[in-house]
Amino acid sequence: MTILRIPTPLRAYTSGKSEVTVGGSNVAEALNDLTAQFPSIKPHLFNEGGELRPFVNLFVGESNIKDLQGVDTPVKDGDRLMLIPSIAGGSPFPLQGEGQGMRVA
Amino acid sequence: MIEELTHNQILRYSRHLLMPEVGLQGQIKLKNSSALIIGTGGLGSPVALFLAAAGVGRIGLVDYDVVDSSNLQRQVIHGTSTVGKLKVESARERLADLNPDIQVDVFNEPFTSENALRIAKDYDVIIDGTDNFPTRYLTNDVSVFLGKPNIYGSIFRFDGQVSVFYAKEGPCYRCLFPEPPPPGLVPSCAEGGVLGVLPGTVGTLQATEAIKILLGIGEPLIGKLLLYNALDMSFDFVKLKKNPNCRVCGPNADIKELIDYEEFCGVPGHHADDTSAGAGWDITVQELNERLSRDPNLLLLDVREPHELEIAAIKGAKNIPLGEVAQRMSELDSAEEMVVFCKRGSRSARAIEILSSAGFKKMKNLRGGINAWAEEVDKSLPVY
Repeated sequence: MTILRIPTPLRAYTSGKSEVTVGGSNVAEALNDLTAQFPSIKPHLFNEGGELRPFVNLFVGESNIKDLQGVDTPVKDGDRLMLIPSIAGGSPFPLQGEGQGMRVA
Repeated sequence: MIEELTHNQILRYSRHLLMPEVGLQGQIKLKNSSALIIGTGGLGSPVALFLAAAGVGRIGLVDYDVVDSSNLQRQVIHGTSTVGKLKVESARERLADLNPDIQVDVFNEPFTSENALRIAKDYDVIIDGTDNFPTRYLTNDVSVFLGKPNIYGSIFRFDGQVSVFYAKEGPCYRCLFPEPPPPGLVPSCAEGGVLGVLPGTVGTLQATEAIKILLGIGEPLIGKLLLYNALDMSFDFVKLKKNPNCRVCGPNADIKELIDYEEFCGVPGHHADDTSAGAGWDITVQELNERLSRDPNLLLLDVREPHELEIAAIKGAKNIPLGEVAQRMSELDSAEEMVVFCKRGSRSARAIEILSSAGFKKMKNLRGGINAWAEEVDKSLPVY
């Protein structure tokens, strides 16, 4: 089993959990287990074709899976997976925040 | 010309001079160095204060906002006495008091593709204290094109990120985030707020990195990203590599000049109105007040989060938070007329988009939200 760290913006889809324990021998399986446990997170990580969205950064330990073998990157017991979101500041996702265009954090 | 230190300055900076890593030569270096801070808000406040205190000789401040009392929970460079003033002027006054020996340049304008290169070219480091994607990508690209380090900090609620993006020696912001998330894909817990001390922590880390880089000491956060969570009190580091396909700093970069960042990020201009679902949907608070006097049973749909109802509420309104509107629209009758509102009008505009695409037609968006209602109709309610 592997610990997957969930960033604050996505915790709304993991019942507020900051860490989720997932099974699987590679990243794809671990993410499948995550989306099986929390189906509503799926569209935030994957596009309609089932591919990881380009702005989603997933790290195994200290390394970005983009620098390893992508979703085929193996994971083993005790590994730590981390999802790293784009955050912009006061209003993380434009158009939805109450802040004006260029207001600063 | 290298400026030396005066006797007064030697006394002022004596705690620096005592450390061999800084010393007299390091302090002279700081005095002859410069930093541009984009944004004079939550992140820019501690950055500017600490760089000024440290004796960085010239500090540039870019912001076009004015100080609001709701800023003071985190934007510690400003104060109650400067509410209503330009942020750059408020900050300049505070810095002049903290350290009259430094030069503070103020740019009371938005940082845009038109002025960014001109503003940034004469500074040694650029510090990203913005809160939106277009300005972050602009800040990154300007730093890459000018060959300057970009001291990055970003916050959201309890999470912070810090790195030094310096394309000459490591990855840039775009290497990690080639493109922003499409607007609206990830929920903004937002309208969301931020723990006031969080930008203090993150901005102070940015100031630390800036000073290290200006002095040329220590290990800067180049090629590393710090992830901080205040609730867990966790600090995690990950390694960042240069992306060979990076469009601004990769070997085959195709972006060679500044672009239209609002278009790139799919967000409206600096002053665009995100609080309207379109003129046809709008209702003003006066119109609503008048409608309610004729039709007290008019359905009011409040799409704010439940905890916001404690702050201010309109009696009789039905609460369905924006994030639940899509799932719970069966609770609403599309034949019945309703007025949708939130704090300021942007979430309710989104709710109207969602409901409209599901076939609802008889809806109005309350312009200015409950804050306008509190300001103009029911003055017993607070504005927040």
